[in-house]
Amino acid sequence: MQQEETTRLIEEWTQVHGRTRDRLLPLLHMLQEEIGFVDDAAIPAIAAALNLSRADVHGVVTFYHDFRRTPAGRHVVKLCRAESCQARGGAAMERAAADRLGVAMGETRRDGQVTLEPVYCLGLCAIGPNALVDGRPVARIDAAALDRIAQEIAA
Amino acid sequence: MTRVYISRDMASVALGADEVARAFEAAGCDVVRTGSRGFFSIEPLVEVESEGKRIGFGPVGPEEVAAVLDGSHASRLGELAALPFFAGQQRFTFARCGIIDPLSLADYAALGGWRGLDAARAMPSQAVVDMVKASGLRGRGGAGFPTGIKWQTVLDAASDTKFIVCNADEGDSGTFADRMLMEGDPFCLIEAMAIAGHAVQASRGYIYIRSEYPFAIATMQDAIALSADRIAPFTLEVRAGAGAYVCGEETALLDSLEGKRGQVRAKPPLPALAGLFGQPTVINNVLSLAAVPFIVTEGAEAYAAVGFGRSRGTIAVQLAGNVKHGGLYEIGFGITLGELVNGIGGGTASGRPVRAVQVGGPLGAYFPASMFHLPFDYEAFAQAGGLIGHAGITVFDDSVDMAHMARFAMEFCSVESCGKCTPCRIGSTRGIEVMDRIIAARDGAAASPPDRDWEGYLQKALNSRTPDRIDVGLEAQTGLLRDLCDTMKYGSLCALGGFTPYPVLSALDYFPEDFGAPAPIKEAAE
Repeated sequence: MQQEETTRLIEEWTQVHGRTRDRLLPLLHMLQEEIGFVDDAAIPAIAAALNLSRADVHGVVTFYHDFRRTPAGRHVVKLCRAESCQARGGAAMERAAADRLGVAMGETRRDGQVTLEPVYCLGLCAIGPNALVDGRPVARIDAAALDRIAQEIAA
Repeated sequence: MTRVYISRDMASVALGADEVARAFEAAGCDVVRTGSRGFFSIEPLVEVESEGKRIGFGPVGPEEVAAVLDGSHASRLGELAALPFFAGQQRFTFARCGIIDPLSLADYAALGGWRGLDAARAMPSQAVVDMVKASGLRGRGGAGFPTGIKWQTVLDAASDTKFIVCNADEGDSGTFADRMLMEGDPFCLIEAMAIAGHAVQASRGYIYIRSEYPFAIATMQDAIALSADRIAPFTLEVRAGAGAYVCGEETALLDSLEGKRGQVRAKPPLPALAGLFGQPTVINNVLSLAAVPFIVTEGAEAYAAVGFGRSRGTIAVQLAGNVKHGGLYEIGFGITLGELVNGIGGGTASGRPVRAVQVGGPLGAYFPASMFHLPFDYEAFAQAGGLIGHAGITVFDDSVDMAHMARFAMEFCSVESCGKCTPCRIGSTRGIEVMDRIIAARDGAAASPPDRDWEGYLQKALNSRTPDRIDVGLEAQTGLLRDLCDTMKYGSLCALGGFTPYPVLSALDYFPEDFGAPAPIKEAAE
């Protein structure tokens, strides 16, 4: 079922955007957007659509940090751990976030409610520590902000 | 109806600008969403138009609408241009950022937009390249290579197909100027790329934006759609990155654009001769390109008149990290590090003393306050063992542990290494291990002095693969770290592995006490 859906998405997308090799990243972004992750089972279909080898596609999917190979939690919290956020107490917030959300950095909580991921710089470097909560930027993360995020995620 | 201006920049939104804008809309105001002025301690900023002036208030919360509208709000700032943070700036590239609605073609044209493109298209290609050369503009991405020379190489290359690629993969921590420009004045970048297209006879351009900048991606896509007719026959497309820092390296970026793993290419051939899809390609940073409309409109002399030594024009300094007044400060080269950090930035946000500043992102050197006399200039920084990079300054207070920062530099390199060359791929991992041993030895040193159990040591050393086999003492490990950094610096293919030694060695040289050494190490000066 999932597989047919993937093949249909790829077919529709390539009809509009073409089948040249440079379309691989945009295609992977589209699949992740639509399905939530890039399934290993989808790789043969992607390879066939762009006339690439499966190994080649696998190499690209695994190279880029953005592409997930397993589904994420229902909510995704990306916490910046680059230098500017560290200078504003980011390391302590990283530990506090893991505690408050009940999930280790880089993991999905067992109930599938939230994924906590590191991100290296959101470009909000004077107002850190920063996070992206389901794509929404949040600055000056402190204990109170973590509480708000935790409530949002519980909902 | 009162008109108010509120930023839609990602940083302002992160501080709650959307809620503030909704509150003003609910109060019946005509809300214009602009880019950010670049001064984050007054965000969310609201500017109220009255009698042809824009009166700033900030920071403003969504519940404070009435106080702002009747002028009684405590944080009334008056006209922003008069604030010290703005009065000292020379905004050549960011002249419109924060003032106009970024997606209004009328606003853009009213404030001098498209004049550069019209002027350039009335000139032969060579004349445009000559102007850029005469301006002394150098690559703002960090390398500082003369932009005009790069363009000349592409113009002279014989090919029917050439490309303009904009490197908007601004991955360095402490930098956000590219993001602010793309969100606040996208037409400026579009105009610049169209000028570049005319200058080197290329008809297609790509803007490679990192995926961590969703707002910039959306704004650029909208702006390209709106201005397609204006820049025709030149065409532009936005491509999103996928979370690989190394794709900010120009050849890795080209491979990524081609749909491959973002691995660094060996040079030569230069991208100017064999770049995207093997064709001659201009690849420039956002800010290098965005300086061009000013140069073409106002003349190369006007741009070159500002600056210091061989660094001409303005630099968009980004004050970040633990700094009181963080933000974007565009000024001519030559301002000193101390003026920026203490004068403009006002010291740390935490109120503690400044201990270190990192200039140029994760691959830039850490400088102590004793180096604050350094003028912002490519050559001066290189001589001091550092780099300007993308001109981000990350401020740290005295609570920072520099050994941990050195370890982080190695960790970052190991996470982000493309894996093509050994010094970077393996060296960074070994670097983490060495730093772990140094930190362990340092922290253990106070408790129990290193006292080797010589009896049985030889046997152990011969038969075991455990760390016991190597000398884990501070001195030996510090020597090993220097040796490793030397290998990475001279043996890596690109700046990721090649420059990771900058933060590591500068931390070791300027802050040896954090590495368990009592006094500054002599060979530091080099």
